[in-house]
Amino acid sequence: MNETRAAFAGHARARPSSGMGHPLVQLTLVRIREFTREPEAIFWAIFFPILLTAGLGIAFRSEPVDAVRVVTSDAAIAESLRRDPGLVVEHLDDATARAALRAGKAALLAAAGPDGTVVYRYDDTNPEGRTARMLADRAIQRGAGRVDPVPIGDELVREPGARYIDFLVPGLVGLGIMSNAIWGLGFSIVDSRRRKLMKRLVATPMPRSYYLMSFLLWRMVILVVEVGVPVGFGALAFDVPVRGRLLDLIVICVVASTAFSALALLIASRARTIEGVSGLMNFVQVPMWILSGVFFSAQRFPDFVQPLIGALPLTATIDALRAHMLEGATLVQLAPQLATLGAWLAVCFTLALKLFRWR
Amino acid sequence: MPDGTALRLRDLHKKYTDVVAVDGIDLEVRAGECFGLVGPNGAGKTTTIEICEGLTAPDSGEVEVLGLRWNSHATTLRQRLGIQLQETQLSDKLTVVETLRMFRSFYPRGPAAEEVIAVVQLEEKRHARVMALSGGQKQRLALACALVGDPELLFLDEPTTGLDPQARRQLWELIEDFRRSGRTTLLTTHYMEEAERLCDRVAIVDHGKVIAMDSPGKLVASIGAGHVVEFPAADIPDAIDLDAIRAVEGVRDARAENGSVRVQVVDLQRVLPVLLEEVRRQGIPLTELRTHSATLEDVFVFLTGRHLRDE
Repeated sequence: MNETRAAFAGHARARPSSGMGHPLVQLTLVRIREFTREPEAIFWAIFFPILLTAGLGIAFRSEPVDAVRVVTSDAAIAESLRRDPGLVVEHLDDATARAALRAGKAALLAAAGPDGTVVYRYDDTNPEGRTARMLADRAIQRGAGRVDPVPIGDELVREPGARYIDFLVPGLVGLGIMSNAIWGLGFSIVDSRRRKLMKRLVATPMPRSYYLMSFLLWRMVILVVEVGVPVGFGALAFDVPVRGRLLDLIVICVVASTAFSALALLIASRARTIEGVSGLMNFVQVPMWILSGVFFSAQRFPDFVQPLIGALPLTATIDALRAHMLEGATLVQLAPQLATLGAWLAVCFTLALKLFRWR
Repeated sequence: MPDGTALRLRDLHKKYTDVVAVDGIDLEVRAGECFGLVGPNGAGKTTTIEICEGLTAPDSGEVEVLGLRWNSHATTLRQRLGIQLQETQLSDKLTVVETLRMFRSFYPRGPAAEEVIAVVQLEEKRHARVMALSGGQKQRLALACALVGDPELLFLDEPTTGLDPQARRQLWELIEDFRRSGRTTLLTTHYMEEAERLCDRVAIVDHGKVIAMDSPGKLVASIGAGHVVEFPAADIPDAIDLDAIRAVEGVRDARAENGSVRVQVVDLQRVLPVLLEEVRRQGIPLTELRTHSATLEDVFVFLTGRHLRDE
């Protein structure tokens, strides 16, 4: 016990609060440790985006258009059609052929009409049906002796940057920045409030701004991974381009992440329960998942909602990422999107500071 | 603290929407003493200590901590106080030493994390995650977090609630060590034996008011009864003539409650035979009889007519 008492009495060992001993460094380390020691968090933040990119990339891969399936009940027509390598032809009896068309197993039924005519049955609202109509007609006309008047040559262009996967990867990067910031901050802030850990920290001389800043710094560290992994995976597995400057990409991601972190601070500023904050987080995020053009272009929505969609932070992030990665846009060209994100950052952070419940 | 006062509360009031938590508390804690706020749950102890800690603003009244006030010297005060809150759950995923390094980084001075770990005897658990600690170890870690800034004044809110007796004694020893180092402690507890063991002085708090304040010994002496005699009387409560028992010489008070009779007596050896004779005369069947030296608990019963742990 003598040693104990000595330690109680022997105090005032001045320590420089710089370097590792700086409160901001310690708080940020705590954030990182809490994150990396939660295996599920790592899965959702890192492996899930890879799985999603890989899955969607494979589902929507831009391979040569699959051969178009057509059916016919006429032997001569089948003979002509088989000359086109783009067609898969099945010679069936009439009833089976009609059934195949109805079931969507074939895109077109070519039937022999009266007096040597050919009748095409197909759905003209289906692109595959129209393709089948063109290919089948060409094959039959050529089979009957048509000669094309203009000789042509094909030059195939399958350029990275214009495929669905190229559209998708920036969308997923933006989605990742948003959802990781909102879920990550929202949960850890509300959890720390619920455990009264926040109240305990407020009882120390710790500057409150350091507490909030530690979350932003933690996001910066995680950002390297959460952007690097999908962009790197996209580049390696699918040749998704990054045409802009790397420094510009970093700036876009840092601005976006900070804006979403500020939004997350605002969402989590009052809630006392995980259930409460989860509802709010979904309420904020779900409209953006749908409207901001993650999986399909936001241009599909009616014109009158476009200004609203453009003002959403996720739309600004994804537009900026796509323009940067696919078209090589510079920060100057991306000023409108960055300004939108800056506005979200300023408004949310100011409101969050005013509303934040510290206990 | 030039005048030797570590903490001064004057006419403190705090009302929540539906309940008056603090209803005019005055008290002074002297530098170097261990002072206890004791009373049942809901008496206003936690609100009072959180007002002292600068976590809750009082509706009215004056608070002076180490001669300073919260509205003008909050940062200085936070650097000089050690605080343990009731029911803080530290982060489960951090280790003991990581938790303490974080708390240490907030203070301009104080012992290193490793030194405080030695003080609270958690050396073997240094690299254990908080979630792997027992209740007693968690409370010692919470105490370590309060000590890491080398505080002049330590606030402990229910430091041993929910702990087993051994863990409780271990914590008491640490609190006594702190007191012996000459610094001031204010603690709340609803365990009277804890207050009797640790505190130089206690204030008994009930319904937001201080109803008695003195050293535990003097408070016990003030009820004038050295011992308490208890016997069950559940079967025939109406038949008991309490006035006759009170009339026995040397009996200070007698009450029937919770199916038993409690008699406060001055001198057990002289009073007990007479008391037993009276019990026999009233025809009360005696199946059990307990006696104990009067405690702070009996003081509380004497003052309020209620037990501390009647919830």
